[in-house]
Amino acid sequence: MAWVNAIIQGILTGGLYALFACGLSLLFGVMKVVNLAHGDLAVVAGYVAIGIITVTHIPVLWSFVVVVPVMAVVGYVVQRTMIQGALDRSVLTTLMVTFGLSVVIENGLLQFFTANSRGLGTGLALVTDSFTIGSQIQIAYLLVVIFAVAVVVLLGLQYFLSASKYGRLIRAVADDKEAAQLSGADHRHVFGIAAAVAFGTVALGGIAYGMYSQLDPTTGTDTILLFAFAAVVIGGLGSLWGTLVGGIALGVAQQIGAQINISDEVLAGYLVFLVILVLRPQGLTARRAQS
Amino acid sequence: MSPVTEPSVLPAADFRVTRSQRNVAWTGAVALIVVIVLAMFPYIVYSGTTTILVQAFIVLTLASMWNLLAGYAGLVSVGQQAFVGLGAYFVLILAIHGSSPFLALPVAAIGCGLASLPLWWLVSRLRSGYFAIATWVLAATVMLIIEKFSSIGGGTGMPLPGLAGLTPALLTAYTYWAGLAVTVVALVAIYLVLRSRLGLVLTAIRDDEVAARSSGARVDLARLLVFVVAGAGCGAAGGLLAISQLQVQPSAVFSIQWTAEMAFATIIGGLGTIEGPIIGTAVYMVLQQTLASYNAWYLIILGLVAIIVALFARRGLWGLVDARLGVRLFPVGYWLRRNGDRSRGGLLGRLR
Amino acid sequence: MTAPANGEESAAGTPLVELRDLVVHHGQLQALDSISLRVMPGEVYAIIGANGAGKSTLLRTIAGLHRPTSGTIRFDGKDVTGLRPERRARQGIVMVPEGRRLFGSLSVMENLQVGATYSRPGPWTIDRVFELFSWMHDRRGQPTSQLSGGEQQTVALGRALVANPRVLLLDELSLGLAPVVVQRIYGMLPQIMASGLTVLLVEQDVSQALRVASHIHCLLEGRTTLEGRPAEVTAERVEAAYFGLAGAGVGGQPGEGSES
Repeated sequence: MAWVNAIIQGILTGGLYALFACGLSLLFGVMKVVNLAHGDLAVVAGYVAIGIITVTHIPVLWSFVVVVPVMAVVGYVVQRTMIQGALDRSVLTTLMVTFGLSVVIENGLLQFFTANSRGLGTGLALVTDSFTIGSQIQIAYLLVVIFAVAVVVLLGLQYFLSASKYGRLIRAVADDKEAAQLSGADHRHVFGIAAAVAFGTVALGGIAYGMYSQLDPTTGTDTILLFAFAAVVIGGLGSLWGTLVGGIALGVAQQIGAQINISDEVLAGYLVFLVILVLRPQGLTARRAQS
Repeated sequence: MSPVTEPSVLPAADFRVTRSQRNVAWTGAVALIVVIVLAMFPYIVYSGTTTILVQAFIVLTLASMWNLLAGYAGLVSVGQQAFVGLGAYFVLILAIHGSSPFLALPVAAIGCGLASLPLWWLVSRLRSGYFAIATWVLAATVMLIIEKFSSIGGGTGMPLPGLAGLTPALLTAYTYWAGLAVTVVALVAIYLVLRSRLGLVLTAIRDDEVAARSSGARVDLARLLVFVVAGAGCGAAGGLLAISQLQVQPSAVFSIQWTAEMAFATIIGGLGTIEGPIIGTAVYMVLQQTLASYNAWYLIILGLVAIIVALFARRGLWGLVDARLGVRLFPVGYWLRRNGDRSRGGLLGRLR
Repeated sequence: MTAPANGEESAAGTPLVELRDLVVHHGQLQALDSISLRVMPGEVYAIIGANGAGKSTLLRTIAGLHRPTSGTIRFDGKDVTGLRPERRARQGIVMVPEGRRLFGSLSVMENLQVGATYSRPGPWTIDRVFELFSWMHDRRGQPTSQLSGGEQQTVALGRALVANPRVLLLDELSLGLAPVVVQRIYGMLPQIMASGLTVLLVEQDVSQALRVASHIHCLLEGRTTLEGRPAEVTAERVEAAYFGLAGAGVGGQPGEGSES
C-alpha cells in the first residue's frame, strides 16, 4: 500500500514539475537555447513572495497575484536586454551568460538571506492538511491543488499558443525566425513575450514549491532546473502536455526510488534522466504536433 | 566589353607558411625564468603567499581546462567539478592505502582521464544546452554515488592521511611545488595540443564548427581528446585541492563553485586564447583576496563582470590587449608570409 | 542601345525601389559589386542570372535580411538601408522567400493569419486570397506539410499578399515546381497586380522571366551584365550576359543617362 501511496504522490508532484518545465520548454522551443538560470528564477519568486508576506502581511495566496505578473514583466526585460544580447552572439555565449546569471542569483540570495531554507504558508490548513482514501492512502491537499493549477496553466498555455495572435507568432518564430521577420514580426519582441510567459509560470511553480517544500539559494539548480529539464526531455521537446507526462514520470521514479531507500530519491531522478538522455541522444527532435 | 574580369592571381611559390612570430624564443625564455623564480618562492616568501599561490594554481589549471573545452571545442561543461571531486578522491583512496598523496597526483590525473571516457560516451552526442545540463547531472550523480561509501568518508568527508610525517614548512613547500608542477604540466600540455594538428582542428571548431565538420576534419576525435585532457587536468587540480585542504569533503570538492570559478576566470580573461585564463585567474585572485571576508560577494561580482565581458568584449581582457598590440605569448597560430618579407604583419595578417 | 531602361523620366515620379552602388559581402566573399537599379511603380522587374550570380542575395538585401557593405536602398524615396526586415515588411516591402519557408507547424489559415498580423491597410484580405486560390478555403485547416509544392507556393504568396505590400519580392518562385504549375502561378500575376502592386522577382528560368517581366536585369558573379526591356534585348544578348560571354555589348548601363 505504501507503494500505491508513493505512486499517487509521484503523479501529483508531476504537476509541480510541469509548472517548472512548461516555461523552459516554451523558451527552448522558440529560442533554441536553455536558460540555465531558469530554476533560480523560481527561487527568486519564492523569496520575493516570502519577503512581501513578511513585510505586508498579505495572505499567502495573494502573493501569487502580486509576484507572478511582476516576474513576467521582469522576464520580458531580462530577455530583451541580457539574453537577446547573448543570443545575438552565439549559443555558447547564451549558455555562459545564463550560467553566470544563475551563479550571481544564487550567491546573491546566499549573501542576503543566508543558506537557511525557508518556506511559505506554513500556517495554512491548505498546506498542512491532507485527506485519506481508504485506510492507507494519504494525500496532501496542497499537492492536489498544485496539480489542478498545473493542468489549468497548461490548458491556458495551449489556448494561448493555438488561438491567440502572440501564440501564433511564437509558434511561427519557433518554426522559422526569418520568415516571421519577413511577415513583419519583430522576433525580439516575440522572444520577450515567450520569456514573460516562461518567467511567470516558473515563478508560479517556485512559490508553490515554497509551500510544498522548502526553498534555499541552491534549490534553483539542484532541484528545479534539473526537474524542469528532465520533464521536458522525458516528455518530449515541443510538446506542452509532454511536460506533464514527463513530470509525472519523474515524480513516480523519484517516489519509487524513495521506497527502495529513502536517501535515493534524488539519485533515482538523476539516473532516470541520464538513461533517457542516453536513449534519446539528440535530446529529441522537435515534434511538430503541439508547441 | 567583357563582363568577366580575371582576378589577379599570385603564384603560390612566392609564399610560405610559418609557425611563429619572432618573439617565440623570447616567450620561451621568459616563461622558463618565471617558472624558476616561482620555484624558489618557498625559500623567499612567507607561507601565506605560497598558500594563496596554490589556490591560484588550482584555479589557473581549472580555467585553462575550461578554456580548452568551451573556447576551442565548443563544449560548455557545467560539470567539471565531477573530475575535481574524482581527482580528490583518487588521491584520498591512494593515501588511505599507504601512498604519498603527492605521488598519487599523477595517478589521479590519469585516473580521471580514463574515467572521462565512459562519461564522454554518455554525453558526446548532446548539443549545447543538453550537454551542459547533462554534465551537471553527471557531476551531481557522481557525488551522490561517492557519498554512499562510508569507507572514504561518506557524506561528511574525512581527513587526508599520509601527510603526518611532514613539518608544516615542508608540507607547504611540497604543496606549492606540486601546484606549480601541475600548472606547468597542464599549460604545456594544452600548448602542445593546440600546436598539434589536432589543435588546428580545434581552432577550426572554435571559429566555425559546421565548416570544420564539412571539411572532413576529425572533429569528434578532437572533442574527445579535449574532454579527456580536461578531465585529467581537473582531476589533477582536484588532487591538489585535497592536499591543500588536508581533507576531502564531497560537498566541497564536488561543488559547482569550481565550475563557476573556472568559467568566470576564463570568460573574463579571454575565451579561446591560452593567455586568457592566466589573466582571468589573476583577476579572480585579486577579487577573492580583497573580498575574502565577504563570502559570496566575490562570486557575485565575478559573475557580473563575466556576464558583461561575455556580452560586450567577447574575447575578454586578453582579447582587448591582443587586438591593440597584436601580441601572442603562446604562438599557436600560423602566419602567411611572402618570401623575403621580414615584417611582423605578414601579407594577409594572421590566420588564427 | 539608346534609351536607358531605368525610367529616368521625371514625369513618372520617384522609383518605388532604388538601389545605388550596392555592395554586399558574405563574410569575406563579395557577392554583389556596385549594383544599381530602379523599379518604377507597376513594373514587373525581373532579375536573372546563373546560380551564384547573386540574385537571391540581392533580393534578400532589399528585404533587409542582409546588411550591405556600402550603397543605399531607397523605398519610395526614403532611405531604408538601415531598417530591420520586419520594419521594411510593415512599410510594404514583402518578400516571398526562396523555398517557400512556410511555418511548418501552422495550418494554412494560420500561415495567412501570421502574414496578416502586421498588414498595411489595403484591398488584400484572407478572404480575397481564398477567392484567388479557390482550393485554399476548404483546406485551410490543414498543416502545410500536406500540401503539394505548388500549393505551398500559393500559400506563401497569399501570406505575403495579406500584408498588403507595395512591392512584392518573389525569390525563385519556380524552384522545385513543375513548369505547368509555375506558368499557372505566374499567370496570376496580372490579377494580383491589378490592385496596384509592383513586383520585383528573381528567376532562374529565363524564358519564364522574359514572358512576365516589363524589365530585365541580368547578374553575373555579382555584377550587372544586362539591363533593359524584354522587347529591346535579343535572345543572344541575354544569353551572352547570362553566361558572361564576350561581346555581349550591354545596353542601358545603370545610372547612365539619368541623374544619379
